[in-house]
Amino acid sequence: MGTKRISFKTNFILTTVFVIGVGFLLLAASHSVGDYWVRIITLMAIYSIMAISYTLVNGVTGIFSLGHAGFIAVGAYTAALLTLPIQQKTMSFFIAPLIWPLNSIQMGFFPATIIAGLVAAFAAFLVGYPSLRVTGDYFAIATLAFAEIIRIVIQNSYSITNGSLGLKGIPPYTNIWWAWGWLLVTIIVIGSLKFSSYGRALRAMSEDTVAAGAMGINVFKHQLMSFVVSGFFAGIGGALYAHWLTTIDPRPTSLGIMLTFFVLIMIVIGGLGSISGAVLGAIFFAFAAQWLRIVESPMNFFGITIPGIPGMSMLIFATVFILIMLFWRRGIMGKDELSWQYIYDHFAKKAGDQD
Amino acid sequence: MIKINNKKDERKDVLRLENLTIKFGGLTAVDSFNGYLKEGELIGLIGPNGAGKTTIFNMITGIYAPTYGTVTFNGIDITGMKPYVITHLGIARTFQNIRLFSDMTVLENVLVAEHSWLQNYKARKILHKHEPEKFPRPHWKPWFWSAVLKTPDYLKMERHMKDYAYELLKAVDLDKFAHLKASALPYGPQRKLEIARALATRPYLLLLDEPAAGMNPQETQELAEFVQDVRKKFSVTILLIEHDMKFVMKICERIYVLDYGKIIAHGVPEEIQNNKRVIEAYLGDESYV
Amino acid sequence: MSHLAQNLINGTLLGGLYALIAIGYTMVYGILRLINFAHGDILMWGVYFALYMVIALSMPWWLGFIVGIVLAGLLGFSVEKVAYRPLRNAPRISALITAIGISFFLESLAVVVFGGIPKSFNIYPKFFNKIVIFNHLRIQMLTFFILGVTFVLLFGVLWLLYRTKTGTAMRAIATDIPTTSLMGANVDNIISLTFIIGSMLAATSGIMWAMRYPQVQPYMGFVPGLKAFIAAVIGGIGSVPGAVVGGFILGMTEILVVGFFPNLAGYRDVFAYVILIVLLMFRPTGIFTVYSEQKV
Ligand SMILES: Nc1ncnc2c1ncn2[C@@H]1O[C@H](COP(=O)(O)OP(=O)(O)OP(=O)(O)O)[C@@H](O)[C@H]1O
Ligand SMILES: [Mg+2]
Repeated sequence: MGTKRISFKTNFILTTVFVIGVGFLLLAASHSVGDYWVRIITLMAIYSIMAISYTLVNGVTGIFSLGHAGFIAVGAYTAALLTLPIQQKTMSFFIAPLIWPLNSIQMGFFPATIIAGLVAAFAAFLVGYPSLRVTGDYFAIATLAFAEIIRIVIQNSYSITNGSLGLKGIPPYTNIWWAWGWLLVTIIVIGSLKFSSYGRALRAMSEDTVAAGAMGINVFKHQLMSFVVSGFFAGIGGALYAHWLTTIDPRPTSLGIMLTFFVLIMIVIGGLGSISGAVLGAIFFAFAAQWLRIVESPMNFFGITIPGIPGMSMLIFATVFILIMLFWRRGIMGKDELSWQYIYDHFAKKAGDQD
Repeated sequence: MIKINNKKDERKDVLRLENLTIKFGGLTAVDSFNGYLKEGELIGLIGPNGAGKTTIFNMITGIYAPTYGTVTFNGIDITGMKPYVITHLGIARTFQNIRLFSDMTVLENVLVAEHSWLQNYKARKILHKHEPEKFPRPHWKPWFWSAVLKTPDYLKMERHMKDYAYELLKAVDLDKFAHLKASALPYGPQRKLEIARALATRPYLLLLDEPAAGMNPQETQELAEFVQDVRKKFSVTILLIEHDMKFVMKICERIYVLDYGKIIAHGVPEEIQNNKRVIEAYLGDESYV
Repeated sequence: MSHLAQNLINGTLLGGLYALIAIGYTMVYGILRLINFAHGDILMWGVYFALYMVIALSMPWWLGFIVGIVLAGLLGFSVEKVAYRPLRNAPRISALITAIGISFFLESLAVVVFGGIPKSFNIYPKFFNKIVIFNHLRIQMLTFFILGVTFVLLFGVLWLLYRTKTGTAMRAIATDIPTTSLMGANVDNIISLTFIIGSMLAATSGIMWAMRYPQVQPYMGFVPGLKAFIAAVIGGIGSVPGAVVGGFILGMTEILVVGFFPNLAGYRDVFAYVILIVLLMFRPTGIFTVYSEQKV
C-alpha cells in the first residue's frame, strides 16, 4: 500500500485554512440567510457539541450511557440561573423564592458557561462513580435512572430551579459565534484527547476491558475520566442551548430522555466513535428536523389543503434510525475521522480504481 | 515429595505461590497450589484440559481473587491487587484465545501497552515503600492534561513511546506490518504480536498461555527459539502453559503438572516424562508424551 | 391501622402490575441478553388496541380487551421478527440501540395514529367503580378484579414455565442457546413464543393500569416499563419468580413510602431508581442469581 502520508505541517496549514474558511462562510451566512436560518446554524453547533461529547463515551470509550440529557440539563439550569437578571428571578419564582446566593447573582455569559461545564462535569463524576461499577446494559440503565433522578429533582426543587414552571426570560446570549467558537474548542480538546495515549487506551478498552486491564490500563479510572470530560462539554452544550431556547423546563420531552435519544440519533447517523461523524450527524439532524416541519404543517396542493400530521417528523426519524441500525450500522464515518489523510486516501483509491 | 536437585538455588524468587486456592461455587478449580519461580527461569505449567492452568494465571494477574492463599511477586504480596497495578509492578501476560485489540493497528496495540508508562504512579509508590533505597520516591505528573494540551513533555514521551514500539516490533519481526490492523495479521504473527504487546509493559515476569496453540510443527519450532530469544533479549522470567509436550520438554527448565486443580508432579523434564501419575493423567494419550 | 391495610392492598395491586410487565423483560433478557426497551410501548399499544376495539368496533369491553391483548402479542412477535432477529449475532450494543429505536418508533407511530393528547379509558362497566366497605376499608370492585386477574396470570405463567414441555424448553434456551438447538427444540419458535407471552402479559397489565388511572397516552409505557425492568433486576434478571418478587417489592415500597411520607410524593418515581442504583452497586445479580461472571 503505497499511499502517501500527509505531513504534520501540511495538515496544520490545511486545517487552519479550513477553519478560517468556515469562519468566513459563517460570517457570510450571518449577513445573508436571515435570522431564522442563523438560529438553525447556531443550533447545529450546539447539537454538535452535545453529539461529540456523547460519542466520546458511547463510541470512543465503548460504554453505553443513556444519561446525557441529565448533564445537558444540569449545564442548562446552572448557566441560566447565573445569567438570569435579578428582577426576572424575583418575578419567575412565585411558588418559592430563589435561595441565596443564586437570588443575588447575575454574571456574564462566558463565566456562566464555564461554571455550567464544571458543575455538569461534577455531576458526571457523581453519576459515573457508582454507575461504572456495572457494565453493558446495566450501565445504560443506571445512567438512564440517574438522568431521570436529575430531572425529577429539578422538577421538585422549587426554590432552586422553579420546579415544573421552568425558567423563562433567559437572555438570548447564544449567537452563531459563541456556538461555533465553543464547537471549535470542543473539537480541539476531544480530538486531542482521542489522538493521544489516553485516547488509544479508551479505544482499547472499548474493544476488550479485560485485555486492556492486563496491559496496565486502569479501566475504571479511564472510563470515569472520559465520562467526566463528556459531562463537561455536555454542560457547555446545555448552557448554550438554554440561552438559545430562552425558556427551559424539566419535562421529559424537553431536557429528558427525548433529548438523549435525539443526540443518539445524531451519533448513530455519523458513526459511533467519530468526532467528525458526530458533527455531520448533528448538522444533518438539525437540518432534517427543519425540513420535516413541512410534513407537520398543512400543505396546499393546487388549491387542496392537506392537513399536517403532528408527530410525523419524529416517526420518520425513528424509521430512519432503525433502518440505519439494520442495514448501515457503520453510519457516515464509522469510527474514522474526516481528516485530510482520509480524504486523500479516498481520492487516491478512486484514481487507482480508474487506472 | 519432590526432589529436584539438592544444592540450594541462590537466585532470588521472582514469584512465589502459596496454598493458592479458588472455588467457583462447588468446584475447586485450583486446590492449594504451591510453587515458585527463580529469576531468569523458564518454567512450564502443564495439565489436561480444565485442570486449572489458566485460572492460576488469572489469579496471578489479579483477574480473579483467590479464595485463599497468597501470590508474592519480588517479595511483595500482590494477592487481590487490581490487574493494572500488577502489570505495572512487572507481570505481563498473553491470553489463551488471542485478545488483541483487533480494530487497532499493530503499532497501536503496542502503544496501548506503553500507556502504562504514564500510569504507574501507584505501582512505583508500592515499590518505593517496599525498597526505598532501590526505588526513589515517585513524582506524580498530570499526564492527562499534558496529553490534552500536547505539552513538549508529552510530545517527547510520545516520541519515545513510538521509538520503543518500533524497536519492539523490529525485534519480533513485525515492523513491516506496523500500520496494518491487528485482525489482518495471520494467526502466527498475531501470537507474536501479543507477546510483543506484553513486553511493551516492560515486565520482569512474562506469562504465556498456550503460545503454540494452533501452530504447525515448524511454526512451533520457530516459536521455541523465539521464546528463548525473548527471555535473553528482554531478561524476563517466563512461566508458560502449553499442551505441546515436545515444546515444553525442549525449552522448560522445570515443569509443574496440574490435574483437577492439584499439583500431581513437579520436576525437570526427564522426571516428568517418566512420572507415572503424569502419564495416567494424560491417560495413555501417546501423542502427548 | 386501616391506613396501613389500605396501603398494603394498593402496594400489592401496583406490585402485581409491575410483576406482569417484568416477566416479559426477564424472559427476553434471559434468552437474548437484550433489554427490550420497546416492551413498555407494546404495553401502550395493547391499551390503544383495546380502546379502539371497544369504541370504534363497538365490541363488548371484555372481548375488546382480549382482542387488544392478542394484538399486542402479535406486535411483540413482529418486533422480534423484523428488528431483533437480524441483529441476533450483532454486537449487543447494536441490539440495545435498535431496541431504543423501536421504542421511539412505536411512540411516534402512536402519536401519529392516535394523537398526542391523552384519551379517556372509561370503557369498562360502572360496576367496577362500586366501593365495598369492609371493616372500615374502602375497596373498589376494580381492585378485586385486578388482583384476581394478576394472580391467575402469575400462577398461569409459573405453571407454564415449570410444568410444561414448552416451558422447560424456554428455560433451557435461557441458559444456553447453542446446546438447546442441538437438542432439537426449535429455538426461533421458542423465542417468538417468549415475545408473544411477554407482550400479552404487559398488555394485560397496561389495560388494568389504564382502568385504574382511566386514561391512555402514547408515552404511558415509558415509566411503568422502566420500573418493571428495575423490578426484574431486583429479582435477578433472567429469573421469572425473581421478576414477580421484584415487582411486589417495588410496588409495595413506592406505595408505603408515599403513604407514610406524603411530602415525598413528588419524588415517588425516584425510589425505584435509587433502589436500582444501590442494588447494582452492591448486588448486581439481584435476589435470585441466574448468571455468573463471564469467564476469561
Ligand atoms: N469464572 C469461572 N466460573 C466458573 N468456573 C470457572 C471459571 N473459570 C474457570 N472455571 C472452571 O475452572 C476449571 C479450570 O479452568 P481453566 O480454564 O483454568 O483450565 P485450563 O487448565 O486452562 O484448561 P485448558 O487447557 O482447556 O485451557 C474449569 O472446570 C473451568 O470450567
Ligand atoms: Mg487454559
